[in-house]
Amino acid sequence: MAFDLNVNGASYTVDAEPETPLLWVIRDSIGLTGTKYGCGIAKCGACTVHIDGKKTFSCTTKVSAAVGKEITTIEGLSEDNSHPLQIAWIEEDVPQCGYCQSGQIMAAAALLEQNPNPSDLNIDTAMSDNICRCGTYSRIRKAIHRAADIAQG
Amino acid sequence: MTNFEMDRRKFISTATSAAGGMMLGFHIPAAANAAAIMDEPWMAGEGGQEVNAWLVIDPDNSVTIRVGQSEMGEGVFTGMPMLVAEELQCDWSSVKAVYAEANRNARQTAEPYMVAAGAAKETDGVYQRMSTGGSGAVRRSRLYLSQAGASARERLKQAAANAWGVERSAVSAENGMLSSGSNSSTFGEFAGAAAAISLESEPAIKTPDQYTLLGKSVARLDTPLKVNGAAVYGIDTQVPGMVYAAVEVSPVPGGRLASYDFDAVKDRPGIIAAYRLGEGGIGSLNYNLDEVANRVTGIQSGVAVIADSYYRALTALQLMPKQWDAGEHGNVSDSSIIDSALEVLANPDDSTFNPADSVGDARGVIADASSVLEATYVTPYLEHACMEPMNCTAHVTPDRADIWVGTQNPPRALSVAAEEAGLPEEKVYVHNAFLGTGFGRRLRQDEVRQAAAIAKAHGEPVKVIWTREETTRQGKFRPYSTYHFAASIDADGKPEAYWNRIVSHSIFNHQLPQYLQEGIDGQAVEGLDERLPYHFPNKQVDYAIRDSHLPVHWWRSVGASQNAFAIESFIDELAHAAGADPLEFRLSLMPEDSEFRRPLEVAAKEAGWTADLRRGEGMGIGLAEAFGTISAQVAYVTVSRRGQLRVETIDVAVDCGNVIHPKLVEMQMESSVVFGLTAALYGEIHIRNGVVVDDNFDQYQMLRINEMPEVRTHFALSGGDKWGGVGEPAVPPVAPAVTNAIFAATGKRIRRLPIRNHDLTG
Ligand code: FES
Ligand code: FES
Repeated sequence: MAFDLNVNGASYTVDAEPETPLLWVIRDSIGLTGTKYGCGIAKCGACTVHIDGKKTFSCTTKVSAAVGKEITTIEGLSEDNSHPLQIAWIEEDVPQCGYCQSGQIMAAAALLEQNPNPSDLNIDTAMSDNICRCGTYSRIRKAIHRAADIAQG
Repeated sequence: MTNFEMDRRKFISTATSAAGGMMLGFHIPAAANAAAIMDEPWMAGEGGQEVNAWLVIDPDNSVTIRVGQSEMGEGVFTGMPMLVAEELQCDWSSVKAVYAEANRNARQTAEPYMVAAGAAKETDGVYQRMSTGGSGAVRRSRLYLSQAGASARERLKQAAANAWGVERSAVSAENGMLSSGSNSSTFGEFAGAAAAISLESEPAIKTPDQYTLLGKSVARLDTPLKVNGAAVYGIDTQVPGMVYAAVEVSPVPGGRLASYDFDAVKDRPGIIAAYRLGEGGIGSLNYNLDEVANRVTGIQSGVAVIADSYYRALTALQLMPKQWDAGEHGNVSDSSIIDSALEVLANPDDSTFNPADSVGDARGVIADASSVLEATYVTPYLEHACMEPMNCTAHVTPDRADIWVGTQNPPRALSVAAEEAGLPEEKVYVHNAFLGTGFGRRLRQDEVRQAAAIAKAHGEPVKVIWTREETTRQGKFRPYSTYHFAASIDADGKPEAYWNRIVSHSIFNHQLPQYLQEGIDGQAVEGLDERLPYHFPNKQVDYAIRDSHLPVHWWRSVGASQNAFAIESFIDELAHAAGADPLEFRLSLMPEDSEFRRPLEVAAKEAGWTADLRRGEGMGIGLAEAFGTISAQVAYVTVSRRGQLRVETIDVAVDCGNVIHPKLVEMQMESSVVFGLTAALYGEIHIRNGVVVDDNFDQYQMLRINEMPEVRTHFALSGGDKWGGVGEPAVPPVAPAVTNAIFAATGKRIRRLPIRNHDLTG
C-alpha cells in the first residue's frame, strides 16, 4: 500500500504494509538512519521521534497511524547542530558510542517543549524510557539543564 | 519499493586510495569533508600526501590520522590521533580521524624503520594492533603511534632543511609550521618530500613531562556527528542494490532447523528468497560444539529470509512455519548448569580441580583450626546487550568481497569473510563503522561469517539484521562462576589460612584451549591466584572447568567482572567476623609496598569512609586490578525499611599510571559503574529448555537515568612507566562495593547475584 508521510517538513510516498512500524519506514524506505532500532518493543527509546510534537516510539507506531501527521526525526531537529540541545550535547561531550543519542535528544526535546526549566526529578521521569548502555546519564542531565539555559538566553 | 528521491545520493565508485590500493568507496558530499570525522568513518578523504601509513597531510595543512582501533564509545577517534599529533606537532584543530584499512594491513607489513625503532612489536601488519579489547587502545598502541608521529615530524624537518640548506636541528616544527631563521612553511608544503626521506636513526618519543597535547581533555572529534543522526553505524549501511535479510537460527545453541515452509510466505510482498543456514544449507563452517573453530564462528542451523525491506523479511520469517530439533541440550536450564557446578564445588576431592596457586598448607591449617569461616558465591551468565543489535552487510562476488560492519577486530572479520567467501585476504575489504557499543561481543565475528555466507549465496549486497531477541538468544555469554571460600580465623581475628575453590564455564576451554595452563583458565581465576591483593600465610586456590552448551565469550572486564564480587565480599565477611573495620582489615592484609593501598586509601578518604552509619545506610568497598589498572570504589547506599535500595554515590579511585585525556577516563569510570551496576542489580540470563529466555529489555533489565548514582572519579596515579587500560577495570569493584554497602545498611549478605533476587526488607 502507498502511504503519504510528512517527515521533517518533506513529503514522501512509501510503499509498505499498514502495520509496518514507522521505524523501518523512516530508516529503510525514506533512508533517514539517525532513528535507531534497539528493542522493537518500546523499552529502550532508541527509536524516539516526534509525531505532532509528541514523543513517540517509532518501533511500535504503525505507519498507517502516522499519515497526515507531522513526523520529526533527529535529522529534522536543526540543519546545523544549532538546536539548544545539540549545542549543549556538544559542550558537555555527552555521547560515547552515540547509538542511543538520537533517541535521548528527541526525548529531551519533547521534555523541554513541555517544561522549559525541568528539575533533576523532571528529567529523570521524562528520560527513564531511554536506555544508554554507555552510561552517559549524568552528562545527559547536565546537558538538558544547559540547553534549558541556552534556550532561555 | 519507494518512489522518493534519496536526499543523500551515493554511488559506488572505484577510487585509488592514498594507500595506492583500490578501494570501494562512496562519493562524499562536500560538506562532510569539512568535518573532523566523516559520517561514514571508513571513508578516507581524497587527495593529500601520505607521510606514513598513519598520517596524510593535505595541501591545506589539515592532517588525517588513521585509527586502527574501533570507536565504540571509548573515544579512540580522539585519543589515538592525540598520540600521533603530540609527536607530529601539527595544529590539533586541523586533525581529522578516519579508520585504518584492514585490507591494507593484510597486504602490507610494518615499515622497517618502525620495527628498527622498536615501536612495531604487536603484529607483523602495517597497522600493528587492529583489535580493540583488553582495554589496550592506549597502552598497546602508544609506542607505535607516538613513533609514527615523531618519525614523520623529523622527516618533515629534514625535507625543509634540505630545501633551505640548513641542518635538521636548525628547523623547528610547531603547530603545523616548519621554520628556520626567516624561512617558514606549512607541513603540507613539505609532506611530499618528507615521505621520500629516510633517516639514519629514528627520533626518540617524548616522555610524559614533555607533553603539550596529551593530558588535555580536548573535545571529542566524534561528538558533532553523534547529535544529529549523521554517524553511520553498521546497521545504517546503505549500499545500492542492497536487499535485507532477517534470520532465525536454532534457539538452542547446537540445535537444528528440522524443516521450514518457505512456500507459505514467498508470495508476500517484497519477499525474494530464503536460504537454509548451516547444516544442509549454506555456509562453509557449521556450528558444532565439539570442534573449537566450529563453535567460535560456525554457522548455527537456521534460515534467512531475503526481502526488499527489513520489516518484510522479518514478518515473513516470523510467519513462516518452522520446526526445530532442540538436540541433546533441550532440557538444560540455568539452574541445572549451576547446580551441577555447585556439586563439584562442594567436593574438594573432585579429581578435576587443578591448583591455581598454593602457598604453605592451607587445607591442613583449616582442618585443624578452631574457627573457620566458609561461604559460597555464585555469579550468573550475562549477555553483552550491545545497544546496537547485531548486524552485518556483505557483498560477495567471485573476485571481491566487501563487508560493512561495526567490529572490534577488522582483521579477524576480514579473515572470517575471506574464508567464507573463498577468496584470498587481499580481495576482501572490511569497512568498519561506528559501533553501537561492543563490550567484547564484537570481537567474535559470528555475524560476519553468517552474513558473508548469505551474501555469497545471494550474489547481491545483503544487510543482515538480528532482532534484539535473536541478538540475545545468539549471545556469546559471560560465563557463570561459582566460588567456595574457607579461612581459618585465629584468636585476634587474623586469617592464617585461606582456601578458595572455583568452578566455572571456561572461555579459554571454549575457544582457545591452547591457552589453558595445566587445566587453569588464567582469566577465570583473575585476581584470585597470585594476583590476589591480600596476603595469607597459607593459601590454596583450586579451579575446575564445567562448561555447558552455551557459547561463552569475553564480556567487559572478563574474569575480574565476577571474581571481584566473590573475593571482595568474602574479605568483607572476614573483616566482620574479626570485628574489624573493612578498610583497616583490607590494609592489614596488604604488604607495605602494595600498589593497591593508595587507590584504596584515596577512594576511602574521598568518600568519607565510615562504618558508623545509621541503620538503612551503608558504605561498602570494592577493589580490583584488571588490564594493568587498579580501581578501588566506595559505594554509599540507602535501603528503606520496605527494601527499596538506592545507590547514592560511588567514589572511584583509579591508578592507570598515566592519563592522556582525563575526561575520557572519567567517562569510562562512569560508564563502567553503570555497566557494573546494571549487572549487579539486574543481570542474569535464564535458560529454560536450552533456550535463553530473557531476550529483550523488558526482562533483561538495564540501569536507567533515574537509578544513576553520583559517580566521582579520583585519580590516584602512580605515573612512571605504568600505562594501564581504562575501558574495563572499573567494572569489577562495583558489585562488591554495593553488596558490601547493603550488608552495612541491613546486615544482609548477598552471595549470589543479581541483587534484585534478594529481599532487602528490614
Ligand atoms: S526500538 Fe523502539 S523503544 Fe527500543
Ligand atoms: S552513548 Fe552509547 S548507548 Fe548511549
